[in-house]
This record gives sequence, structure tokens and C-alpha cells, in this order.
Amino acid sequence: MSSDAASLELRELVKRYPGTDEPAVDKLSLEVPAGEVCVLVGPSGCGKTTAMRMVNRMIEITDGDILLDGSSVTDRSPAELRREIGYVIQQIGLFPHRTIGDNIATVPRLLGWDKQRVSDRVDELLELIGLDAEMRERYPAQLSGGQRQRVGVARALAGDPPLMLMDEPFGAIDPINRERLQNEFLRLQAELRKTIVFVTHDIDEAIKMGDKIAVLRKGGKLAQFASPAELLMYPADPFVEDFVGADRALKRLALQRVRDIDLWKGVLCHKGESTAKVRARLADADLEFPLLVDDEGRPLGWLSDRGLAGERVMEDLRSRAEPTVEMDDILRDALSDLLANQTMYGPVLDDQGRVQGILSLRAIAGALNIRPEDVPDSAELAAEASSSP
Amino acid sequence: MTELAIIGDFFSAFEFIFESRESRAGTVQVGGLEEFGQLTLTHLALSFVSLAVAVAIAVPIGIYLGHIGRFQFLAVSISNVGRAVPVLALIAFFIAFVGIGFANVALVLVLLAIPPILTNAYVGTSQVDPDTVDSARGMGFSERQVLTRIELPIALPTIFGGIRTSAVNVVATATIAPYANVETLGIPIINFNVYGGTGQLAAAIVVALITLACDAGLGGVQRVVTPKGLKLAANPGGAAKRRLFGLIPRRSVQPS
Amino acid sequence: MSAKIPLAQVPEGFFTERDPDDLDCVAQGGFCPSWILENFDRYVDPFFQHVYLTGVSLAIGFVIAFALGLLAHRKRWLTGPLTAVTSILFTIPSIALFLLLLPLTGRGNTTAIIALVAYTQLIIFRNVANGLRQVPSDIVDASEGMGLTPMQTLLRVEVPMALPEILAGLRIAASTTVGLATLAFFAGAGGLGAEIESQINFKSNVVVAGGLAVALAAALDLAVLGLQRALMPWRRAVAA
Ligand SMILES: Nc1ncnc2c1ncn2[C@@H]1O[C@H](COP(=O)(O)OP(=O)(O)OP(=O)(O)O)[C@@H](O)[C@H]1O
Ligand SMILES: [Mg+2]
Repeated sequence: MSSDAASLELRELVKRYPGTDEPAVDKLSLEVPAGEVCVLVGPSGCGKTTAMRMVNRMIEITDGDILLDGSSVTDRSPAELRREIGYVIQQIGLFPHRTIGDNIATVPRLLGWDKQRVSDRVDELLELIGLDAEMRERYPAQLSGGQRQRVGVARALAGDPPLMLMDEPFGAIDPINRERLQNEFLRLQAELRKTIVFVTHDIDEAIKMGDKIAVLRKGGKLAQFASPAELLMYPADPFVEDFVGADRALKRLALQRVRDIDLWKGVLCHKGESTAKVRARLADADLEFPLLVDDEGRPLGWLSDRGLAGERVMEDLRSRAEPTVEMDDILRDALSDLLANQTMYGPVLDDQGRVQGILSLRAIAGALNIRPEDVPDSAELAAEASSSP
Repeated sequence: MTELAIIGDFFSAFEFIFESRESRAGTVQVGGLEEFGQLTLTHLALSFVSLAVAVAIAVPIGIYLGHIGRFQFLAVSISNVGRAVPVLALIAFFIAFVGIGFANVALVLVLLAIPPILTNAYVGTSQVDPDTVDSARGMGFSERQVLTRIELPIALPTIFGGIRTSAVNVVATATIAPYANVETLGIPIINFNVYGGTGQLAAAIVVALITLACDAGLGGVQRVVTPKGLKLAANPGGAAKRRLFGLIPRRSVQPS
Repeated sequence: MSAKIPLAQVPEGFFTERDPDDLDCVAQGGFCPSWILENFDRYVDPFFQHVYLTGVSLAIGFVIAFALGLLAHRKRWLTGPLTAVTSILFTIPSIALFLLLLPLTGRGNTTAIIALVAYTQLIIFRNVANGLRQVPSDIVDASEGMGLTPMQTLLRVEVPMALPEILAGLRIAASTTVGLATLAFFAGAGGLGAEIESQINFKSNVVVAGGLAVALAAALDLAVLGLQRALMPWRRAVAA
């Protein structure tokens, strides 16, 4: 699948609706590099939708300019421009009188593709969004809300647009399905690498989906434009700090994985090993409890004092090595596992299940002081997620 | 009056349609298939011409107003006003002030037929989900394409509902066209002195049957032009479930 | 009729039937204000006959249709058949129905009223049934949960909430019935239609009789609107 993407630039963009004093969007400037997700977030009525809809000229620009790959959108005819920009809205707006296949084929047909190519494209997209091929002949009324939303995304992707506009695409979906769709979206985006403008009023969604987040305040003024981690660590002003929420430290945990932080080195020991050597290693370890592992290096449990009492290490455990976490686990989930097991430490395992280090509450606390440049952004996380099985 | 006499009335009315007989005064032959055939033909021609002209005028205007979403008050209240003017008064007004003959009666019937069609075309077009229209525009449909590919197909059942209402009205009202010298099935009804009660009844039966046939026929068309996806949306139970009385699709109301 | 009065003695703006212009006007079937003034009383009886036909038909029609609406609300399966039957009645042209009834009920008010009642059925019945169906089920639930009997729920909750829709139906039925009653003379029941028909070429006659019918329709419409306002002070009237 081709995956060309366009860069987008808003320059001093202004929208003033007729008959209103205050502009709905005020001197908004943003740059979105090709292939990145830019989330517009802010309280209701702050001008997110207005800003987004000026990009495909659904709303006429009052002042300023929008450049798509360096050329102004106002130089193009609206209809032609829109065929190159994917468009997804919260209410989806599927055509009720057309089948799912016809809905998805809308833009390719407008672009004059030949029949076979259109048909192949529809099949390809149905597969991409995980719907059965038999859905092709169904009508929107015969689909669930989540399925409809997937079709809406597929329809917007059909013409392989270099830019996608998405206005609260998952806003009308229940929380469980929303999370699924978000993950699906990130998986797709890791593959397609479109330039995307994504509107939401949910800061959690913004942090999860965005490479860059533009926080708008009332009147369509830009409050901060930053990566998710930067936004969480260094909110520009009290408005952003408030909008991001009091739990912004916790939110940052969602942006990091276990492999990204400095793990503690535990003391590993084998059954029958000399206890003297183990004691010696314990002296300069981070953690005073040795972890018993098998010949493969897989954890058996935390060794008790009695296990160390003799000359040789005996298999006498104070507790099983619960929970274990993996290198790719999201830090927030790992923390949650530790808390759920009422323990401060958990062995970290690699793909083969061998112990690579110890995750501790103190290590997590330390990680929250990490510098923003060292924190990976969500696209990288997504790319990793899609590459791991 | 006994049941038998009533049945006899209807029986001789049917006979009147098929066989001519002497008029009440005994001076001419009246009734019979030939005369009724001629009257029916004129009746249908008048109705068809009027309806066609009304459709040609009201549908484009209604759709256009619905598309731009303006003049709602006008488009909707025109049928309220239309309902308040009795057809007999309208025809009498035309006879007295404009003139008689086929063209003038057709003009009255056109005026009568326009409001329901205009209102339905307006409502059908303007009630298309704005989000559907928005996403069509957002994908690069031209205004024309939005109108012809999205709004029109979705509005079609409603538009045909209006045409159906008007068709029934026009056929019914054509019955009083003889006041303006157009020889429709109203002739035996209005000229009681010539045709008698039996002739009146016979014509009433024919008019009633034609209207019912018109209504059923256009109801069928209405069902055919309803896109399948819309039927499913209206009845999420699925297409297979067909209710007995679903045979009569919903329509706007206006008896004649 | 009256003694000959010199024209000079007639107050300005008042024409007698002896005014030569005026006689001419009537002879030509024109629009003659003075003729209208002189002859207005001949429209009074037909007008009240028209009011009578309309009023009685609406009253009877409303009672029957309302009852049918309640019935269909209780027994959902009846909605389809009732709609079908009233729809067919509705499609038959009124002139034809008047004449079809003649062998059964004879010429006169009875026949006219039976037909006019038939035409009110679909409109009012459907609005009553729809109005009741649109009452949110959680409100009905809450009402029964508070201990109201089904009958109390119907009368105190469902019917008041369906009132806008019901009255909208009544409004349409009212103006429709006025119009149809102009054809009631085919059933031998007179009314304004009989006056129109008797001199269908005479402009003055057509304007007065037709105008009265339109005025009656408008007045009834306003009356129902007023009823709507009076019964539902909590909301703006809903347009038919
Ligand atoms: N067509 C319009 N005419 C006048 N004012 C408008 C119009 N559309 C939007 N506005 C105003 O512009 C401001 C921004 O609206 P916009 O729809 O962009 O908000 P939003 O950020 O998308 O809000 P939400 O999260 O509720 O969707 C609001 O104050 C709104 O009232
Ligand atoms: Mg919005």
C-alpha cells in the first residue's frame, strides 16, 4: 500500500463567523510534519472543529493561510481538494441508501478509478479494518456502531489521501469499544503513516493518539503545542496544567515502557550454589533479597533466609516471584500489577522468560524525573507495538 | 329500505356502466361502456396533464428549497393554506373570473396539486441527515452531486408520497370539471336530470375505483423507489419481516 | 321593491339595486358589492348549516378516532388493520362516498355526516396513536412505579404528553372537514357548497360563499390553536 503523506502548515489562521465579535479561531499557527498525528484538544466550543474544517475548506478561511505540502489550499477548488483529504466525523455520516461497499468506494469513484481497481480497493480496506468480505453488500443500518465507525475510517482512507481529518471519530462509541478502536487506529497508523489532524476533547485520548498535541483555549487561541510527554511534564500555563489534569504524572506512565527506565539489578542465585558468593553479591546489590532462578534463568521465587542458612543454596522460598513484568509492558500497567500484588518488586523478563532486572516502585518514581527528550513518543510506541507479535 | 333494494341499486348501477339506456326524459341514450370509456379517458387525461405539470413545477422548487434549507415556513405552510381552500370554491372562482375549458380546469388542478408535492419535496430533501450531507461534501462531492446522489435518492420516497397524495386529489377533483365544460366522469353525477340516481351511482363507483387504483399504483412505485438501505433503517428487524398491513406505506394526509 | 328615490337622496357610497350600473353588474355575473350587501342574508342559513355539518362531524369523528387511538395503544396489533381501513376510506373521493352512501342512508344530513366523520378518522386516529407511542417509556415506567394505575397513567401522563400531536391532528381534520363539507350538497345536505354551485358563474356569489368557507376554515384553525394554548400553557403551540 502506498503511504505518501503531506505536510500541513497553518499560518496565523483566523476564523470569524458572520455576526460574531470574537473570532472562533484566532491566529492559530501549527506545523505538522508528514506522517505525524497532530491532535487538537481543548474544552467544548474552543474552535477545534472550526480549525479542522478550514483545512478542507468546509469552512471558509477568514484570514491567514493553510499550506498543504507547501501550497495554499485556497488555490484549489474545494471539491477537488476534499477528494485528496480523508474526512471522518463523530456522527460518521455513512450514506444510508448505499451498501458498505459503495460507501467505501465513494472517493475512488469520484476520482474516476476503473471498476476493478475500485473493487480491489474495497476488499483491501475491508480486510484492513477487520470486517468480513460479506459485509460489503450490507447497509449501514445493519451494522453496529463500532463497525460503522470502522467503515467511516475505511471510507476516508479509500482514495489513499495524504492527509486525514478526524473530528472526534470515536466520541460516540462506548469506552470499551473506543479503546479497541484507538488501538486499531494506532496499529493502522504505524503501517500507513498518514498525516492526521485528530480532534478530541478528551486529554487521555490526545495523549494516547498524538505525536504532537495542540491545546486550544476558548476563542481558538493556541495555549501550547508540544509532544505528549512535554505537555505532561512542562505545561505552559495554569490553563494547560488544569486541562491536563492533576494526575498528569500518572498519565506520563502511560507513555513509557518498562525497558525505558533504569531497572534494578537483582541478585540471582541457583540451587546448590555457594551461599557465601551469593552473600557477597548481595552486599553491593540494589535489593537485599536474592531471586532463585532455574538453569534457564527463569524465576522460581524469592529465596527465604533459611534457603541461605546453609553452605549451599536450598530451594526454600519466602514467596513466589509474582508478579512478573515484561520489557514491553507499559509502565502504568506494570505499576498496576505491582500494586495489585501488594509488592514493591517484580522481576522483569525478556522474550524467553529470563530475568533481566527488577522493577521496583522506587525505580518507577525515579523514571518520572526523566527528561522529555528521552521519553519516546506514541508513534514509536505504536510502531513497536505493531512489530511485536 | 330493504337490503335487497340496496343491492338492486348497486346492481343496476353496474349495469349502467356496461349497457346504455334511455335518459330520464327518454330523449337520448345514456350510459354504457362507450360513453363511460370516453368520460374516463377525458378524466384521466385531464388528471395526468395537471399532475405532470404540477410535478414539473413543484419537485424542482421543493428540492432546491430543501437543499438550501431556506423558506421552510413558506414550503410547509403552503399545504396548510391549500387545505383551507375548498376545491369547489377554487374551481368556481376560476370559472367566474378566469374562464372555462380544459386549460383552465387543468390550471386549477395544477394549483391544487402543487402544495403537497412541494411540501413533501422540501421536507424529504431538507430532512436528510445533515451529517450525511456534511460527509458527502467533505469527501469532495460537488453541490450538484450532493443533491443528485445523496439528497434526491433519500428524499425520493417522501417526494412520491406527495405525488401520490396529489394524484388522488386531482383524480377526485376532476369529477367537478363538468362545471367548467370539461366532460369527465362528473357528467353523470352533476347532470342528475339526465342520468338519474343510477347514473350518479355508476359514475361514483368508477371514480372511487380509479382513485383507489391510482393510490395503490403510486404506493407500489413509492415502495419501489425506496432504497433498500432506508427500508432497513426504518425497520431494523430486517427486510424479511413483512407485516401484513405494511402494504400501505405511510403518506401525507389530505382527503378529497 | 321600494319607492323610487332620486339618486341625490341616497347617502354617498350606497347603491341600490336600481342603480343602472349595478343592475348591469349583476346581469353580467360580475363582482357587485352592493348586491352582496343586499343579499348577504341568503348566505346565513347555508353558513350555519355548514358550521353544523363541520362541527357535528368533527365532534363525532374525534370521539371515535380518539377511542380507536386508545384501543390501538393498548392492543398494538390493531394499529395496522385500523390504519389500513381508515386509509382506504380516506382515499375514496368525498363526492363518490356521498353518492355511494345514498342508497344506504338516503339524502340528507345523516349521509353527509357519516362521510365527513369517515374522513376525520385517519388523521386523528393516527395522530393519537403516534402521540401516545412517542411518550418516553421511562416516564410511563416512573408513573407506574409511583403507584398510578394504568388508567391513571393514561389519563394523567400519556394523554397530556400526547396532546400536542393529538391537537395537531384535530387542526388538520378541522380545515379538511370545512373543505369537504362544501361538497355535501351531493348528499343533499346543503351548506355553502350548494350556494356556490347554484350560481357558479356569478362572481359575487362565488366570492361570498367561497370566502365564507375559507373564513370558517381559518376561524376553526385559530380556535384549535387557542385550545392548544389553553390546554398546554407550558409549551408553545405546535404547528400542524
Ligand atoms: N456556523 C457558525 N456560526 C456561528 N458561530 C459558530 C458556528 N459554528 C461554530 N460557531 C462557534 O464557534 C465556536 C467554536 O465552535 P467549534 O464547533 O469549532 O467548537 P469545538 O471546539 O469543535 O467544540 P466541541 O468540542 O463542542 O465540538 C463556538 O463558540 C461556536 O458557538
Ligand atoms: Mg467539535
